[in-house]
Amino acid sequence: MTDAISVSGLVKSFGRTRALDGLDLTVQTGEVHGFLGPNGAGKSTTIRVLLGLLKADAGEVSLLGGDPWRDVATLHRRIAYVPGDVTLWPNLSGGEVIDLLGRLRGGQDAKRKAELLKRFELDPRKKGRAYSKGNRQKVALIAALASDAELLILDEPTSGLDPLMEEVFQRCVQEERDSGRTVLLSSHILSEVEALCDRVSIIRKGRTVESGSLADLRHLTRTSISVELANPPNGLADLPGVHNAKIEGRRVSLEVDTPKLDGVLARLTEAGVRSLISRPPTLEELFLRHYEDETAAAE
Amino acid sequence: MNALAGTGLLTKLAFRRDRVAVPFWIYLFAVTAIGTAYSSRAAFDTLHKRVDFAASVNKNPSMLALYGPVQDAASVGSVSLWKVGGVASAFVGVVALLLTVRHTRGDEESGRLELVSAGVVGRYAALTAGLITVVTTNLVLAVLVTIGLVALGLPAAGSIAFALGWFAVGLVFAAVAAVTAQLTTTSRTASGLAIAFLGLCYLIRAGGDAGGHDGPTWLLWLSPFGWVSHLRPYAGDDWWVLLIPVVFSAVCVAAAFALVGRRDIGAGLLPDRLGPAEAGAGLAGPLGLAWRLQRGSLLAWAAGFVVYGAAIGGVTANVEDMVGGKSGRDVLEKLGGGQAMVDAFTNVAMSLMALFASAYAVQAVLRLRSEETGRLAEPILATKVGRAGWAAGHVLFAVVGPAVLMALEGVIVGLVHGLRSHDLGGQFPRIFWSAIVQLPAVWVLAGITVALFGLAPRLAAAAWGLLGLFLLLGELGPLLKLKQWAMDLSPYTHVPKLPGAPMRTMPVVGLVVVAGLLTAAGLAGFRRRDLS
Repeated sequence: MTDAISVSGLVKSFGRTRALDGLDLTVQTGEVHGFLGPNGAGKSTTIRVLLGLLKADAGEVSLLGGDPWRDVATLHRRIAYVPGDVTLWPNLSGGEVIDLLGRLRGGQDAKRKAELLKRFELDPRKKGRAYSKGNRQKVALIAALASDAELLILDEPTSGLDPLMEEVFQRCVQEERDSGRTVLLSSHILSEVEALCDRVSIIRKGRTVESGSLADLRHLTRTSISVELANPPNGLADLPGVHNAKIEGRRVSLEVDTPKLDGVLARLTEAGVRSLISRPPTLEELFLRHYEDETAAAE
Repeated sequence: MNALAGTGLLTKLAFRRDRVAVPFWIYLFAVTAIGTAYSSRAAFDTLHKRVDFAASVNKNPSMLALYGPVQDAASVGSVSLWKVGGVASAFVGVVALLLTVRHTRGDEESGRLELVSAGVVGRYAALTAGLITVVTTNLVLAVLVTIGLVALGLPAAGSIAFALGWFAVGLVFAAVAAVTAQLTTTSRTASGLAIAFLGLCYLIRAGGDAGGHDGPTWLLWLSPFGWVSHLRPYAGDDWWVLLIPVVFSAVCVAAAFALVGRRDIGAGLLPDRLGPAEAGAGLAGPLGLAWRLQRGSLLAWAAGFVVYGAAIGGVTANVEDMVGGKSGRDVLEKLGGGQAMVDAFTNVAMSLMALFASAYAVQAVLRLRSEETGRLAEPILATKVGRAGWAAGHVLFAVVGPAVLMALEGVIVGLVHGLRSHDLGGQFPRIFWSAIVQLPAVWVLAGITVALFGLAPRLAAAAWGLLGLFLLLGELGPLLKLKQWAMDLSPYTHVPKLPGAPMRTMPVVGLVVVAGLLTAAGLAGFRRRDLS
């Protein structure tokens, strides 16, 4: 099976700023791929290169087996895109925009559109200027979800949605995946990525810093452990892989590099475990760790 | 919180954003006034010439309608600035109202105002800052014009009166725009309403002036342009008249402030209607979308062309009476008779309409740029629509739109003049083709705009500057006795001067080829560049 998106060594500069600096990204067909990074990391720039709106300075980019800059017309029939900041024509109604985008993409499912309008509780008769940010986003989302595109490219699609609509969105994306479509989801909302994505790529300053399944990534990170022991532990803080150990008598909390979990647990058992809470790393921590590295490096 | 808090900051921001546009407009208008005065002063250096000229203008209804009367033939200033007092002052009004809408409704529509309103900015700050910006701009213009005219040796009092006349026009239409900006939710509609009002005021003034002393001169008191003409710069300087525009503006501004106090941010007073829940069959491709986005503006321009065409057609027959006396008629016969006068007038009128049609073409092409920077191009270009296809939808309007406008103009002027002169069969084709022959030059300007959009998108708005430059070349070039190569820079120079002069095919074909090449280059450039 070929990859839906395969990017390697992508470079894009605007004047002197290097927005993308050798970025790699692989999205397998049929998966929901999370695309994470702080503001200005280059997520939207990457997406705009994938859409053929920007021309790459260097690097290999392949989208559905084609070149996004050259094969615009053929590729764009097979993708649907939701921009992060949706603007609508002030004098076109939401329903008109949904139909227009559907027709320009080469067809949409009328039944699916009606169903989505109902689920997202959108009044399609309002004019573009009368919609709130969240409702503008719904217009673009419905247009994309009602299309029969193979690949959905969603750039922070839920930044204006309320929690109820966020849930509707998550269910819709799961349905898309179940029906075999590929989704590239750029997001800030980590709970959303955790709930939806099979694999994620984290980028920073135009480079990919982590990529893999959530399980893979967790493996690379630390597990938090809080434990109450029968006897005070000894030498726990000096074990390899242990970080931020706080030992207050028989109460211990620490983080441990997941591969080193064995040794730490053995030592804890020696001291006699009364209660133990272990928590896998959240994406938040994963993300923050890279982000902290960045701020540390900047200082 | 103080309702005016933050006004100073917003004013600074407005000037920062317009640091290129405002000086450009001030410069363009100042040069127009001072340059015209300079060149006309030489042309009308003797009292005899001035009296002749004034007599011919004041007897000609079309000249009176377009520019108003020459108020004092004895005064150099009155004769020299006659022409800019009319049409140019209307443009001063247009710029003032566009600037006002840009800094009030424009900011509100884009959401920028909401962003700054969250800071320490009072409810009335944005409107106040917008008006301060526009009034300051007009004040600087008035000071520069006064200095320039006095430096040319014209009387100080008259120069101040002339400059204050322009200032009053700017003030009135800024105040009108301040009101329309409260009524609608989009800046396009707000500007459109204000421009329509300005057009009406100009027509009322034209109606009041066209009949000379025997006409309905009371109409002049109903139009800001009429008030300004009652100011009589260099011809009596009736200062008290300035009170009328000042009071009118004060009332409008007070109304605008009252409206701001009553409505929500982002809302208008005219209600938003609901649209259709589904797209009609026509909204299916880039051309369908372009039609939806461009049709309102094209219809408004077409309405303007029809009204103007009826006015021009109505006065064309009177042009023959312009040269009075037996000796004058003899001269006329030698020059080719009354038909020559009609032909010359038709040519001037059509060249003017070609400039308006070009303004439409520039505006139609620049819609591409505003769609791009407004991020409205992106969702379309992410579909199977290619860049050339998307751009072509709008470019088509810049090509076909002016053709529609000029054809309308030709038909209306031809019909009205043909019927009035009882020679429809003879006059109609002459006039119709004199309108159509202007099109290649209009298309060159559209081509220049497409080329700028494709190759140097940041400079796309410079197309307006080029249009202004060509206008100045055409108006002032002959008076300044510019070299032919300089005149040749303007595409309008190459248009055959139909219906009086013979048709020449080569220049017309040349213009069409240049327009085509520029458009092709622009589209090719757009296909290769990054989207902003």
